[in-house]
Amino acid sequence: MAENDRPVKPDLIERLKSIDRRIIFLFIAAAVIFPLLRPIGFPVKASPPAIALYNAVERLRPGSLVLMAFDYDPSTMAELYPMSLAILRHCFSRRLKVVALALWPMGAGLAREALHDIGVGEFGLRYGTDFVNLGFKAGGIVVIETLGSSIAEAFPADIDGTPVERLSLMRRARKLEDFDLVIDLSAGDPGIPFWVMIAQGRYGRKVGGGCTAVSAPQFYPYFQSGQLVGLLGGMKGAAEYELLANAKGEATKGMDAQSVSHAAIVFFVIVGNVFYFLSRHRSKRRG
Amino acid sequence: MRREIPLIITLICGVVMMASFFIPHWPFAEMKSFFQRSYMVIAAFATLLGVMNLSKVHLQRIRGKTRQWGYSIVLLSALGSMSFFGLYFGIGKGSIFDYLFNNLYIPMSATMFSLLAFFVASASYRAFRARTVDAALLLAAGFIVMLGRVPIGATLTSFLPEGYRLPQLADWIMAVPNTAGQRAIMMGAALGVVATSLRIILGIERSYLGGE
Repeated sequence: MAENDRPVKPDLIERLKSIDRRIIFLFIAAAVIFPLLRPIGFPVKASPPAIALYNAVERLRPGSLVLMAFDYDPSTMAELYPMSLAILRHCFSRRLKVVALALWPMGAGLAREALHDIGVGEFGLRYGTDFVNLGFKAGGIVVIETLGSSIAEAFPADIDGTPVERLSLMRRARKLEDFDLVIDLSAGDPGIPFWVMIAQGRYGRKVGGGCTAVSAPQFYPYFQSGQLVGLLGGMKGAAEYELLANAKGEATKGMDAQSVSHAAIVFFVIVGNVFYFLSRHRSKRRG
Repeated sequence: MRREIPLIITLICGVVMMASFFIPHWPFAEMKSFFQRSYMVIAAFATLLGVMNLSKVHLQRIRGKTRQWGYSIVLLSALGSMSFFGLYFGIGKGSIFDYLFNNLYIPMSATMFSLLAFFVASASYRAFRARTVDAALLLAAGFIVMLGRVPIGATLTSFLPEGYRLPQLADWIMAVPNTAGQRAIMMGAALGVVATSLRIILGIERSYLGGE
């Protein structure tokens, strides 16, 4: 075989440019696992949208009605469930009455868990008097629109099939306008925009939101315009709320892992770009 | 008539819903309420239709022993067992359905979504390149927001004066350039929705009927 016919062995830069992705996976796994096992304790500071939501809840008088929509499913639970717990904890500590519902099928089950753990487990509250879970209803924006005229029309019974007229709390909460605050925890569609359009725009209710970190940027215009009274974005938003409510939980614990994993991704992008420019520079020199 | 009847239904529903916004009285308020109830019933049936379609597709895969047909057995078994336990034993706290939901569905679903972090990291390493000035700007904004939105950002830039640290820069990016861009997108999308809705109501846009 002639010298020139030999396959050219990729040099170090080329090999690092096309590094086995499993090595990257290992680094990311380590970046997530180690901070969970050995917390670093990066300090969390609350952002203005989180402070605004906290203040909106804080300003409500004891006994006020809060409608919480669990519009997410287990896939985004890591970000939104800690938010649910932190907000519920804050609401119940302020003796607010919470009515939960879901426009996502799996949200109803998650609402049940959260209400049970916080309402019954931590505060010893009574179902039907202090909080209610209406369950899931298909229909998205139309369900919200129907809540404006009658909750019983959209949800004749709660998640367990108990007619809403038998639940004492629901005698006070007959339609959307009876609520002092609406909080939507949403992972997509149907979610925050629909609640803003109907509950805030049409019925003038105060609406707060919680969403995944990736979708938070799209809701900033609503917050700036005052259509959203506050906004929590991702696990960081949940950690900020935990900090404000002085009840550190799962989100605060997850902040170290998220910090290190973000830093690891940024590191990989920088390294990838360094190799890209080195490779480009060499190609240019070779002509 | 197969095309005309749906077009007439769409026209009536659209006009009544619009009219009820401006005239919330008889007969529009009652008609709107009826349409809303009907929509929720149809949406519930759409879920059922989805389940039936899913079952049909996977039964065909099993029958034809197509590639990875074993997964279809897992899917149908899971679908059947969750439905069975939910329908016959209820979905209340402590039920079998609740147990399966909490101990199987939730962890598996969260795991699937969590895998995204690994693929994002790998894809970023390979594809997120500062090839142009625009890409470099995007990259820089991405770095600031990614680090500024987590506590490590504050720690890394704690030596900088207040206002120049990563969290504040990230907040500025989110509140100013991001919001300006999002607003423009939202306005454009809203105008598009209005135009498309009018086209559908007036029967000009018929692609939802299939074909054309």
